[in-house]
Amino acid sequence: MSGARNLTAALRRTRVSRPRLVLRPAIPQTLCATARTFSASSTVQAEIRQIKYTSDAYPNLKRDPKFGEVTADDVTYFKDLLGAQSAVVDGVTTDAADDIEPFNSDWMRKYRGHTRLVLKPQNTEEVSKVLRYCNERKLAVVPQGGNTGLVGGSVPVFDEIVINTSRMNQIRSFDSASGVLVADAGVILEVADQYLAERDHLFPLDLGAKGSCHIGGNVATNAGGLRLLRYGSLHGNVLGIEAVLPDGTIVDSLSTLRKNNTGYDLKQLFIGSEGTIGLVTAVSILCPPRPKAVNVAYFGLESFEQVQQAYLAAKGQLSEILSAFELMDGRSQRLVQESTGNKQPIEGEYPFYCVVETSGSNAEHDMAKLESFLENVMGEGIVADGVLAQDETQFQSLWRWREGITESLSHLGGTYKYDVSIPLSELYQLVDDCRERLTQKGFVGDDDSFPVRAVVGYGHMGDSNLHLNVSVRQYNKDVEKAIEPWVYEWIQKRQGSISAEHGLGVAKREFIGYSQNDTMVKLMQQLKSFYDPNGIMNPYKYI
Amino acid sequence: MASGLRILVPVKRVIDYAVKPRINKAQTGVETAGVKHSMNPFDALSIEEAVQLRERKGPIKVDDILTLAAGGPKCPDVLRTAMAMGADRAFHIDVPEGAGDGGPEPLTIAKMLRGVVEKENINLVLLGKQAIDSDQGQTGQMLAGLLGWPQATQASKVDVKDESGTVEITHEVDGGVETLRAKLPLVVTTDLRLNEPRYAILPNIMKAKKKPLDKKTLADFGVEDTRRLKTLKVTEPPPRKGGGKVEDVDGLVSKLKELGAL
Repeated sequence: MSGARNLTAALRRTRVSRPRLVLRPAIPQTLCATARTFSASSTVQAEIRQIKYTSDAYPNLKRDPKFGEVTADDVTYFKDLLGAQSAVVDGVTTDAADDIEPFNSDWMRKYRGHTRLVLKPQNTEEVSKVLRYCNERKLAVVPQGGNTGLVGGSVPVFDEIVINTSRMNQIRSFDSASGVLVADAGVILEVADQYLAERDHLFPLDLGAKGSCHIGGNVATNAGGLRLLRYGSLHGNVLGIEAVLPDGTIVDSLSTLRKNNTGYDLKQLFIGSEGTIGLVTAVSILCPPRPKAVNVAYFGLESFEQVQQAYLAAKGQLSEILSAFELMDGRSQRLVQESTGNKQPIEGEYPFYCVVETSGSNAEHDMAKLESFLENVMGEGIVADGVLAQDETQFQSLWRWREGITESLSHLGGTYKYDVSIPLSELYQLVDDCRERLTQKGFVGDDDSFPVRAVVGYGHMGDSNLHLNVSVRQYNKDVEKAIEPWVYEWIQKRQGSISAEHGLGVAKREFIGYSQNDTMVKLMQQLKSFYDPNGIMNPYKYI
Repeated sequence: MASGLRILVPVKRVIDYAVKPRINKAQTGVETAGVKHSMNPFDALSIEEAVQLRERKGPIKVDDILTLAAGGPKCPDVLRTAMAMGADRAFHIDVPEGAGDGGPEPLTIAKMLRGVVEKENINLVLLGKQAIDSDQGQTGQMLAGLLGWPQATQASKVDVKDESGTVEITHEVDGGVETLRAKLPLVVTTDLRLNEPRYAILPNIMKAKKKPLDKKTLADFGVEDTRRLKTLKVTEPPPRKGGGKVEDVDGLVSKLKELGAL
């Protein structure tokens, strides 16, 4: 891994990781901006050169000749329109390759486009003018937030113009009575959550990339994350959206009402649309009161059977205070251990680990419930060993064993990530089957002659959502062919979803048929061509 | 030395170190109601060290690890944690809590600890070097003075050398360390680099519920909660002026000119 990537990661680590109960001063956005700038610095150049162009990795993707090419005149127009020098990163008339590279590639170093122009509008009006111009000129665009996506949806494939939301970062309003937050799309998730923490509320979404990702991107991709079990999906929590259609129309549906049965609920179209029909510029979202008492336990279990029993027991006995039930397999925990050097919370090795979190309003009441649950699962022999966080520091370090998996994997090389919904009883079977398949083919091994380092599984047990990760020493077509489409067929047989929360992007686009039938895909395509007749919005992706 | 180690580890229940304290409205102290509390981190190190002394199976066997906390009705929470980490038994010294009050003064606590040491036949006291709420950092030293025992403060290593009770302690000083040697009985205060406190594992949390926790009062050890200091006022430090953001290089240059730096 490059020094700069490590630096970025280190910066990410030094950022306060889980605000929760802790009322800390809001993190200055400049810090996040610093992290970005580091990846933009020229020291990474050598490393970045090694990322393969998406257009090379997917040779069947061809640049659509109907799209215009960005000219010097276009750049002049955008510069006049957006004013500030920092609003346009111009690689058309100047050599700005180093400055543009971070917008062209994703953090997993898996996707890389050829854009030569990045625009950072500051408000909805500017977005509207930019899109109207692009639509008239048939210039393709990619909406981009924190660029933390996992399926290549937020980076260009060819020369699409990147429209980055980082300068739209104002919180517009917060109503403490209703708990409704209205904010620009480019507000960083953690900043929004800190803002709410100071007002005793909580953002109903939490995920590992919270220090970088933008809430507009979260909504556009319908991100799931760690709090879904308790607070539900964004389809329920987002009350309104402001978006710009490709022709420049501003869709002002920024309602703060919980109930509004007047016509089609069009905002739902934008949630999870991955920027293919419009660009989300602001959201209003319902935020619950911040729980006053949060507890977390970390378990070691002997089998997946017992994980299921523990989950059922947790649902039954912790019911309304259960806020997360996360599954990690033993291999994933070993990888975190190797990369962080931290001591594991419990001694001995177990094939499965779980993080169970409760959030409630009364510490004593919650603790009494949690303790009787713990006594029960220990007494019944469901849980082999476990720990309960005794203070805030332990609380955060226990969560790091779950949240740190993605980062640990990224230190070790590439990762093929599959984010799937499968019926609970067979959730982990996929990991076993995949490991067996790759081992039989001779791909898995401990030294550098084997392409695959490990096949690990972890995920949101409470949502029947598994992350199957194949950690590789380098991306390898043979390995990819051994996994795909086998893994999708496996999921289709069980009526699962090939993309539970990561979305489609470039990675899953051609596989949508495994989870949606032809009629559904056709209806989606009709919608797309209705709202985006020129197809300029995030082309080559989604459907 | 004929008998084994009988260790006393006093612990304090304080506002969790990761929580930002707020000053109460009357400006007499910090707001404690509804704020997450946990064991003073230095005391967790002391408990861990006591348990490690037992596990290391050194020249002197650890016979007893007694923990205690003085304070209000929620103190048993941290005592149960201490017992889940490995302490054998606990005393809860019941001291009624006043609003915004910092608890008994260090000398009162030191005198009480002397009483416990004498009654319980303790020969090693491991204390955190300070409590993170009042930051007094005096109790260990006062206790050593009252008992007339040797003391080693800010320990980053504690090593029982032989059966006669020789203990070597690495003491942290500015710019380095100092190695001290003393004979039991002894008072040691602990510093951050001493060890990494363990997690309380579930079976031990269950067992800790059955370990003896006796309620006592200051009077049981012949001490009264007299106060010689009065807190007049507690205030926040002046708020830091927030930094500004500039859009680009031109913005920076003009800002610097405006401030007269260029």
